Amino acid sequence: MKRTFSIGGIHPNDSKLSREAHIEIFPVLDVAYISMAQHLGAPAEPVVQKGDKVRVGQVIGKPTGFISAFVHSSVSGTVKAVEPKGDLAGNPVMHVVIDVEGDEWCEEIDRSKDIVREIPFSSEEILEKIKNAGVVGLGGAAFPTHVKLNPPKDKKAEYLIINGTECEPYITSDDRIMRERPDEIVIGAAIMMKALKADKCYIGIEENKPEAIASMKEAASPYPGIKVAVLKKKYPQGGEKQLIDALIGRKVPSLALPIEVGAVVQNVGTSLAVYEAVQKNKPLIDNVITVTGSCVPHQRNFLVRVGTPFSKMLDAIGGLPKDAAKFISGGPMMGKAVANMDASTLKATSAFLLLTEAETKRKEETNCIRCGKCIDACPMGLEPYLLNKLSRIGGMHDELEKEKIQDCIECGCCLYSCPAHIPLLDIIRVSKAEVMNIMRNRSAKQ
Amino acid sequence: MARLLVSGAPHLHVKENTQSLMRDVLIALAPSLLVSIYFFGFSAIKLVLVGVISCVLVEYLIQKFILKTKVTINDLSAAVTGCLLALNLPPSSPWWLVFIGAIVAIGIVKMTFGGLGQNIFNPALVGRVFLLISFPTLMTDWTIPESWFRTGVDAFTGATPLALTKEGLAAGLTLPEIFAANEFTFKEMLFVKIGGSVGEVSALALILGFVYLLIRRVIKPHIPLIIVGTIAVMTGIFNLINPDIYTGPLFNIFTGGVLLGAIFMATDYVTSPMSIKGMVIYSIGIGVITVLIRYFGAYPEGISFAILIMNTTVPLLNKYCKPRRYAKEVKNG
Repeated sequence: MKRTFSIGGIHPNDSKLSREAHIEIFPVLDVAYISMAQHLGAPAEPVVQKGDKVRVGQVIGKPTGFISAFVHSSVSGTVKAVEPKGDLAGNPVMHVVIDVEGDEWCEEIDRSKDIVREIPFSSEEILEKIKNAGVVGLGGAAFPTHVKLNPPKDKKAEYLIINGTECEPYITSDDRIMRERPDEIVIGAAIMMKALKADKCYIGIEENKPEAIASMKEAASPYPGIKVAVLKKKYPQGGEKQLIDALIGRKVPSLALPIEVGAVVQNVGTSLAVYEAVQKNKPLIDNVITVTGSCVPHQRNFLVRVGTPFSKMLDAIGGLPKDAAKFISGGPMMGKAVANMDASTLKATSAFLLLTEAETKRKEETNCIRCGKCIDACPMGLEPYLLNKLSRIGGMHDELEKEKIQDCIECGCCLYSCPAHIPLLDIIRVSKAEVMNIMRNRSAKQ
Repeated sequence: MARLLVSGAPHLHVKENTQSLMRDVLIALAPSLLVSIYFFGFSAIKLVLVGVISCVLVEYLIQKFILKTKVTINDLSAAVTGCLLALNLPPSSPWWLVFIGAIVAIGIVKMTFGGLGQNIFNPALVGRVFLLISFPTLMTDWTIPESWFRTGVDAFTGATPLALTKEGLAAGLTLPEIFAANEFTFKEMLFVKIGGSVGEVSALALILGFVYLLIRRVIKPHIPLIIVGTIAVMTGIFNLINPDIYTGPLFNIFTGGVLLGAIFMATDYVTSPMSIKGMVIYSIGIGVITVLIRYFGAYPEGISFAILIMNTTVPLLNKYCKPRRYAKEVKNG
């Protein structure tokens, strides 16, 4: 029987329109705008100045804290400016702007297509290579991978879990890399197992990707510790907590990390980046981005250099489609609506989705009829209607904490399911941030 | 640059809304309505029309002229209330009876609490119970569906099987004697002809509506199944103990509005619990109270009162019956 997680979840149409589009290499443009805030945690600090010559793969930003990551140039050329530029929401973020000249790569990067299976490195060497390559989690949160692969000494990672679920509708970048580059992903998993000293690895893939399942099974067959697990299609299966529940039947406690139950979760894209970093000395400078939507004439999957402006990617599909009403970076469930088209791609950008007004426009909010559909949908077993109600009263932080608002993973199942079209998650997100803040202040005082 | 929308995730939503859910309830009631029209003809159409129009009208007038808020009659919830109210009345009811019921249901039970989603009691049921208490004669004068009792015993035409047994027992008869005198046939009760309110003539039609609601995922099966199950088990036990006095499960399930109540009234979103645990307690409560009223109370039917009594427990059940949480507590968390 196919596995899935045990609480809540929804079944939106998966709309994988671009699943048959082969990965195309997106051309390198005239100018690259590379953000220093590409990962969770402290932004990187620029280490180049205006006028510096850089090559592809050269470090241009260094980490500034424990949870931070290196940033590398994705192009070769001359640094034109180091200045704040708007991110996708329009908030100013430090960027290194590079005028592109040719395509000259750092020598140590192995650009051949040969698959390198031998892993001659120690656990520490692997972590160092991953850190130096600026690898971050490509499942969405962009958490620095070397931090995640280096759990506290008193915690043992029994399982490495590779997330190939791609449970967000529309996105197909993970599907494509699993079909086109399965061996590298599996070797990446083997590298991470070695780093973690874990002997068991599951690669979870949802049943709507039969070709990826077949190719990954074949690629994993030489590795006795690595198993491909077929999962039912259900959102949000790719949530860490849900995937751990689905694959090994354990539940991560409130506010704890997966390592608490002996698991570390990494995305298939991250696994590929780890392979390239460790076996090919290639930093994370490009990634596969799906460009899709029912109003997009040609569905595409592009291998894109980090720092490519969104607007230029739209030009490649013939400009903004006439009936597009929303431009989303990421999937339709957790992706961010783009307010600034001049923003540029990040390491963890997975898709550009264009939705029409009919597909995405919210309906007018009506009274809660207590149908309980939000409760049925919530994968954390919370009561979104109640969190909404308490939030709107105002000042009910103790009650909200008691009702576990801090466990919300912001997957959006509640807002998706509400027949009264109440903006449940919008409200919950604000209250959750307030409650988390109160909790942090309290534990800081203790 | 074209104008683009910006809002928080998620960017997709279900197509269904309150109106579509209510429409599904009306569709689920259609089979019962058609059967009742077949048996009662014009009077059934008249009652349902008066019920729907007066409920919608009362809601409209209150929202427009008293509360001066947005008129929300398009959500069809008032139409559902009107339809359920009419289906819960005797076929011979005069039109003004339905109208009074509508004023109570919408005006008092729904709007004074703040409208849709805020009421504690099921509006249609309070409407019905109000009429039952205020107009007892009219409310127990049931037209018997065509050929329901062929024996021609005039004295019995005009009461439901439940009322008949209650009267018979009070007169000192045993159940087999009452049944023999009235030729109750379970086969008839099961499939088409239950003497009772407009909406409960055919159990099969009600069950069809139940299946539709399940397929459309409007309701979960728990509440109706547990209510019926509780009544079946409890009456089964009593019936085994003394079959002369206590009616059995089949008789109790297919008479006196149990199916109509369990499928369409007890499952009202606003006045029923939200978690499965809550639903179980609520449904068992309804089943038990229904049987107690039937066996030991003054009223023959009981389910209307049982649902209303359990409606009062819903806020508490919602408060204390939490869904299964994903995350366990951690120490120092």
